[in-house]
Amino acid sequence: MRLTCPFCGARDLREFSYTGAAVLCDRPAPDAGADVWDSYLHLRDNPAGVTRDLWYHGAGCCAWLVVERDTVSHAVLSVVLG
Amino acid sequence: MRYNALRLLKEGLTGNRGWVPVWRDPVPQAAYDIVIIGGGGHGLATAWYLAREHGITNVAVLERGYLGGGNIGRNTTIVRANYFLPGNAEFYSHSLKLWEGLEADLNYNVMHSQRGLINLFHSDGQRDAFVRRGNAMIAQGDDAVLLDRDGVRRHLPYLDFDNPRFPVYGGLLHPRGGTARHDAVAWGYARAADRRGVDLIQQCEVTGIDVQGGRVTGVQTTRGAIRAKKVAIVTAGRSGQVAALAGLRLPIESHVLQAFVTEGLKPVIDHVVSFGMGHFYISQSDKGGLVFGGDLDFYASYAQRGNLPMMEHVMEAAMTLMPVIGHANVLRSWGGIMDMTPDGSPIIDRTDIDGLYLDCGWCYGGFKAVPASGFALAHLLATDRPHETAARFRLDRFRTGAGLMDEEGTGAQHNLH
Amino acid sequence: MRVPGRGLLNAAQQVRFNFDGVAYDGLAGDSLASALLANGVRLMGRSFKYHRPRGVVTAGSDEPNALVTVGRGAAQRPNARAPMVELFEGLEAVSQNRWPSLAVDAMQVNDLVSPFLSAGFYYKTFMWPRAFWEKLYEPVIRRAAGLGALSGVAAADESDKVFGFCDLLVIGGGPAGLMAALVAGRAGADVILADERDRMGGRLLDEKEGVGGMAGHAWVAGVLDELDSLPNLRRLVRCTVTGAYDGGTYGAVQRGAPGVAHETFWRIAARRAVLCAGALERGIAFPGNDRPGVMMAGAVRGYLHRYGVAAGRSVAVFANNDHAHCTARDMAAAGLRVACVIDTRPEAPASTGDWPVYTEGAVTGTSGRLGLRSISLRHAGGQRDVFVDTLAVSGGWNPAVHLTCHMGARPVWRDDIAAFVPPEAAVPGLRVAGAAAGVFTTHGALSTGVRAAHDALDDLGISATPADLPEAEDAACCITAFWQVPGKGRAWLDLQNDVTTKDVALAARENFRSVEHMKRYTTQGMATDQGKGSNVTALAVLADATGRSIAATGTTTFRPPYTPVAIATLGAGGSGVGFAPQRFTTSHAASIAMGAPMVEAGLWYRPGYFPRRGETTWRQSCDREVAMVRGAVGVTDVSTLGKIDIQGPDAAAFLDFVYTNRFSTLPPGRVRYGLMLREDGHVMDDGTSACLSPGHYLMTTTTAGAAAVIKHLDFVAQVLRSDLNLRFTSVTEHWAQFAIAGPKARHLLNTLLDDPIDNATFPFMACGAVTLAGVKGRLFRISFSGEHAYEIAVPARHGAALFRLLVAQAETLGGGAYGMEALNVLRLEKGHITHAEIDGRSTAGDIGMARMLAPQKDCIGKVMAARPGLSDPARPRLVGLRPLDPTAPVSAGAHLFAPGAAAVREYDEGYVTSVGWSATLNSNLCLAFLTRGADRIGEQVRLVDALRGHDTLCSVTDPVAHDPKGERLRG
Repeated sequence: MRLTCPFCGARDLREFSYTGAAVLCDRPAPDAGADVWDSYLHLRDNPAGVTRDLWYHGAGCCAWLVVERDTVSHAVLSVVLG
Repeated sequence: MRYNALRLLKEGLTGNRGWVPVWRDPVPQAAYDIVIIGGGGHGLATAWYLAREHGITNVAVLERGYLGGGNIGRNTTIVRANYFLPGNAEFYSHSLKLWEGLEADLNYNVMHSQRGLINLFHSDGQRDAFVRRGNAMIAQGDDAVLLDRDGVRRHLPYLDFDNPRFPVYGGLLHPRGGTARHDAVAWGYARAADRRGVDLIQQCEVTGIDVQGGRVTGVQTTRGAIRAKKVAIVTAGRSGQVAALAGLRLPIESHVLQAFVTEGLKPVIDHVVSFGMGHFYISQSDKGGLVFGGDLDFYASYAQRGNLPMMEHVMEAAMTLMPVIGHANVLRSWGGIMDMTPDGSPIIDRTDIDGLYLDCGWCYGGFKAVPASGFALAHLLATDRPHETAARFRLDRFRTGAGLMDEEGTGAQHNLH
Repeated sequence: MRVPGRGLLNAAQQVRFNFDGVAYDGLAGDSLASALLANGVRLMGRSFKYHRPRGVVTAGSDEPNALVTVGRGAAQRPNARAPMVELFEGLEAVSQNRWPSLAVDAMQVNDLVSPFLSAGFYYKTFMWPRAFWEKLYEPVIRRAAGLGALSGVAAADESDKVFGFCDLLVIGGGPAGLMAALVAGRAGADVILADERDRMGGRLLDEKEGVGGMAGHAWVAGVLDELDSLPNLRRLVRCTVTGAYDGGTYGAVQRGAPGVAHETFWRIAARRAVLCAGALERGIAFPGNDRPGVMMAGAVRGYLHRYGVAAGRSVAVFANNDHAHCTARDMAAAGLRVACVIDTRPEAPASTGDWPVYTEGAVTGTSGRLGLRSISLRHAGGQRDVFVDTLAVSGGWNPAVHLTCHMGARPVWRDDIAAFVPPEAAVPGLRVAGAAAGVFTTHGALSTGVRAAHDALDDLGISATPADLPEAEDAACCITAFWQVPGKGRAWLDLQNDVTTKDVALAARENFRSVEHMKRYTTQGMATDQGKGSNVTALAVLADATGRSIAATGTTTFRPPYTPVAIATLGAGGSGVGFAPQRFTTSHAASIAMGAPMVEAGLWYRPGYFPRRGETTWRQSCDREVAMVRGAVGVTDVSTLGKIDIQGPDAAAFLDFVYTNRFSTLPPGRVRYGLMLREDGHVMDDGTSACLSPGHYLMTTTTAGAAAVIKHLDFVAQVLRSDLNLRFTSVTEHWAQFAIAGPKARHLLNTLLDDPIDNATFPFMACGAVTLAGVKGRLFRISFSGEHAYEIAVPARHGAALFRLLVAQAETLGGGAYGMEALNVLRLEKGHITHAEIDGRSTAGDIGMARMLAPQKDCIGKVMAARPGLSDPARPRLVGLRPLDPTAPVSAGAHLFAPGAAAVREYDEGYVTSVGWSATLNSNLCLAFLTRGADRIGEQVRLVDALRGHDTLCSVTDPVAHDPKGERLRG
C-alpha cells in the first residue's frame, strides 16, 4: 500500500502511521461541553466506505496528512496536508 | 442426538448415514421475545445461555452470512485469564471457568487445551509490569508463576537465548491459559442453542432497527420484518454500522488484525508464547500448523485483509525470538474486523434506547471472552441488570472517565490497544 | 523411466541424489519428482489422515502428495514439493509422515478404521473422561499431526528483502506473459517478468506444440534472447508472485539456484500488472483415484516433454475434454503402450492410434497397493478391466485466478468452459491474460497477452507498436463438466487431507451447507496446496448434494501467499539483533571499557553500573555509586532523553498549550519542569524546558517518550494550532549530555569551564551557553538525583571525549561514573517519577501534581482531566512506603492491602511502582499508588507479592524520603 505525501511523493505504507479519524483535527473549545468532547475523543462514525483519516509521515517529512480513503477497498482517494 | 464414541462407532458401522443436521434452517417468525443480531461466538453463546440459564427460548439469532463466519472463524484461538485491571480481571476469570466445563456443557469437543501461556519480558520495567499483572491474577483466584530466564529456558528451550535483539529476562506463566478450536466453539454453541429451540437464521442481514418512542420494536431484514421486545447488537467489528441503523454512534473504530498459519508440522511449540518487544504471539494447533499473529495494521478497515509491513514485522519478530521456526512455511494469511474502543476493553450494556442492548468492543481479544460474554449478556437481557462479572463494561465510562480499563496504558486512541 | 531423445535436459549432465537413503542418478534440470519417476520410483509420500500411499500427481507447485523434507540440521526444510525441488549434486531428501518407512507405514492402520474417522469425527468424541483430552487424546493427535518436521536447529537468516519498482509487472512467463513482456519491453516500459519455474515458457515446454512454425520451446528461446537484450526489462526466474496487496503492491519470493538456500522476498510497486499465471488442471473424483500412478494428464505430458520422463510404461486416459486426448498421442509417439482413452461424454474425438476411445465412460475402480496396477471402467458399450500403471486424468482446467481474488473478490463461474474466471477489475491496475482468464488456446494466450500489455501501456501513456502474432494452436475448448463417479469405494477430493466425496455428502447431511462450513468441517482445501486441484471439484460435489448450482454455491476465500513461503524469508534480516535498531550513546565505548553491563532502555543501551575492584554484586556497586553521588560527585550519560529545539515568536504560547503549567513566564536563562498530558487528561510525559533566549527553548522528554512527544508536537503545531508561528526539530542525537551530580559538582565543572560559575551567576534552575576548552556547550542546573547538580551538553562529536574527561575529574574528587541502577535509587529517594509511575493510566492528581494545571489557561488534556472519573478523590494516589523492618523484602508489582484484609481482588488498594535499597536511609523504599493515599500518611499497609512470596508490613509516607525541603539542591 502506498500514500502520496504532498511533499515526498508516493511512499510505502511503512513510512506512515495512522492516528484516527480526521475529526481529531477539529478540537472543540474548552467550554464546548462534555457531550462534544466525548464525541470528539471517543465516538466515531466508523464508516464502511469513504472516510477521512489522520496520518503522520513519521519516517519521512513528518507532515500530518488527511487522507480520504475507502475502508472496504483501501482505495486512497486523496492526500492533503492536515 | 448426543455425541460420543459409541455413536461414532454405531454410525461408522452403518455407513455414516444416520448423522442428523447440527442445526435446523427455520423460517424466521414474525416476532420473538429477543432478537440477537450477529451469529458469531458471542451471539450464539448468548442464545444458549438465555435458554440454559434463564429458560428463555423464544429467541432468534440473525446472521447475515453463515454461522460463525466472522472473527470467531478467523482468530488465533487463544484462551486466557491474565488481565489485571478491575473489571477485566473478574470477567475473564469467569470466562475461563466456563471454558473448563464447556465440552461437557455443550456435548461438543471444542478441544480446549490448557497447555500454558507464557508472556515473555525483556527488561526490568517490563518484568515489574508483569509482576503487577501476575499478582492481580492470583488475587483474582487464578494462576500465575514468575519465571526467571532459566525458568523460561526450561519451558521454551527453543528460543534464541544467544543473540536476540531483546534478551529474555524471564516470563509470566499462566498454566491454565491455552487454546481451543475456534470453529468448534461456534458450532458447539449453535447446535446446543438450536436443540433448545432457539432459531438460528442464516443469510439474514439486518437492514433496519425499528424504534418508536425511544423503545425498540423490531428489526427489518433481508428475510422480512421481525418484531422483538429486546434486540441485542452482537456484531463485533460491524457494531458501528448496525448501531447506526438505530441512530447511535459508538466509541468504536474498526481495524484489521492479520493472522497467519504455517503448513502442518510435527510438534515443536507446546505453549502459547507471547513476545514482549514486538506484538507477536504464537501457538501450534492440533493439526500441526503454527498459528501466530501480531499487531493491528493500525489503519481503520473493514477489508478483512492487511498489507505487507505488519506481516513482515511479525515474521521478523518470529526470527528474532525463535529462529528454529524459520523453515516453517507460511501457508495462509487472513484478517478480521476488530472493534477497537478507546481503552481497549469491551462494552456489555444497555443503550439509551429501551430494549436495545450492546455487546461489543472486544478489540482483538473476543475469542476467550465468548462464554462469559454470552453469559453476561444473557443475564442482562433476561434481568435488565448487569451480571457482577461484567458490571464495569459500561458504555458511558468514556464520557465520565470513571472505570476506564486501559490495560495497555495508551489512552484514548482506538488503534493503540 | 527416462525416454531417450525426449525432453529438454542434457543427458550428459548427470546429478547424484539421495531419496530415503537410496542413491539415484538424475540429470541437471530435473526436479526431484521427474528424477524419481525416471528411476521408476512412484511412491513418494503418505496422506495425512489415513496414511495411504501417495505418488506425485502434478508437475508443479500445486502438488498435494509428494511432499518431502530436504536437507538436514540448520538447512532442513520440511514440506518441499517434489516437482518444485530442483536437483543438485548431493541433494538429500526424505519422505514424510510415515514410520518406519514409506513402503511400510504402521499408521496405515488408520485406513482400516476410516469409517470411524470421517469428517469432523473429533468434534463428536474425545470429551470423556475430561482429563483425558489433555493427557492422552491431544498428545497422540499432535504427534500424528503435521507432515514434515523442523530440525530444532535455528534456521540461518540468509535471505534478503528488496523493493522493486516497475511500470509493468508480468506475472507468469508462458505464452501470454512472454508476449506481454515483449510488447511492453519493446515499448521501453520498465518491466519485471516473473515466473515461478526455473525456466520460462510455461505450457510451451510441457506440450508438444509448434509456435511460429518452430517447436514451442525453440520459439521461447528466441523470445528470451530478445527479452534479455532489453535493458529496461528484468526477468526473474524461480520467482513466485505470492500476493496482490493494496496500491499496486505485490509480494514475490525468488528462490536461489539449485542447492542455494538464499531466497529474496520482493516488495514490488507496479504501476500496472498482467496476470498470466495459466491454469491448473483438476481431476475427477472416482473410486480409488488416489493410487500412485493416477496423475493429471497435463503432468504426464509435462514430464515427457520437459524432462523426457515417462510416468509409467502403460497409460490410460480418463477425461471430459478434447485436449486431454493428446496425452495418448504423445505417449504413443514416445513408444509407450496406450491402453485406451475413456471419455465421459457421449461424443469424443476419434482415436489417433491403436487404442480404443470409450464414450460415456467412467473409471469405477482401481487396484494396486503401492502403485496403480489396473483400472475398472464402464462405457457405452459395457465394462472392462484394464492393466495400466499410469492413469492420466483430466476433469478440466482451473484458471489460476488467485491473485485477482486476494483483495476479497470472488471468481465468476462460466458454464461454457466449466471454469471459474477472474472477476472484472477486482485488483486495481491488474489485468489478466491467457489461460488465467479462461482463454485456453495458445493463440488466445498470445493475443490476450498482447492486448493486456497494450491496454496497460495506454494507461501509462506509453505508446507501443503492434506485435506480430506467431501462428499457434487454436482449437476450441470442448469440455462437458463431470465431477464424480458414483459407486462403491471412496472417491478422493483433497488428496493430502484425505477428504472424500462421502465426507462432503456427510457435511451436507449435517447441514454444513455453506462452502465455508464444508471446508472447515471436512478440511477440504486446507492442506499445503490449499485445494488448488480439488476445491472446484469439491464445491461441485457440494452443489450437487445441496441442490444448488456451482455459481450459487460459490468458492471460499483466496488468500496470500499463493504458495507457502518460509518465515525466514518473509522475516529476512529480523533474526538476532537485526530485528530493531540499536542506539548507542557517545559514552558507550568508555562504559564497556569500564566493565559496565549495558541495559536496554527502549532501543538504547545504557550502563547499569560501573563495578570497581572488589565489588562482586550489582548491589555493592549501586550502593557505592549512590553514596558517591550524595557524598562527592557522580557523572552519568543522559543523552538518551529526548531534546527538542523550539524557536519562534509563538514558541512560548506553544509550550503553554502543550504543558499543563506556564512557560511564557519563564525568563531567558532559566529552566522549568513541565508536565505534559494526553488529550484524554492522563499524563503523557514529563521533562524540563529551558529558555535559552527570547523565543528559543529547549524541551527535554523522557527517553521512552521522545518519539511520541515529537509526533504530538507536530500534530499540535501543524493541525491544532497552525495559527502559531514557530519551528522545532528533534536534536536528541545532536547533543551529548551528561549529568554531574553531588556536592562537588560545581567544583568539578569549574575545573573544565572556560569561565567558572557560582551560585549568583548560575543558581538552581539556571541555564546558559558555556565553553569548555573552546568547545561551545550548554549548561543546565537541574537535578534528578536531588543533589546539587547540572547537565552539560556538547555537540555529539565531543561526547566521548567529554565523558572521559568528566569521569577522570570526578575520580580525583572522590567520585566517578554512575549508572542506571544508582540513578534509579537516587530519584527514588527523592520521590521523582519515571514511566513506572506515569504508566499511561495516571493523572496529574494521582501523582500529586494537580496544582501544575495552571487554572487560567487551556492546554492539551485540560478538559478531559476534569471528568468526574479522573478527579475522583478515591483514586489511587502516589505515596512512599517504608517497610517496618527496613530490610524486609519489597518488590515492584506487589499489591497493597489493609493489614488484616484478605489478599484478594475485592480488597486490593493499590500496587507498588518502584523499589530500591536506599543506602542513604538504610532502608528499602517504595513508591506506590494507594487508594486515598494522600490521606493515609502514617498508616500501615500490607505489601503482598504472591508471585515471590513477599508479605511485608509498610508505613505509608510522603513520596519524598530524602531532603524533603530540597536544601541540597540550592546554594
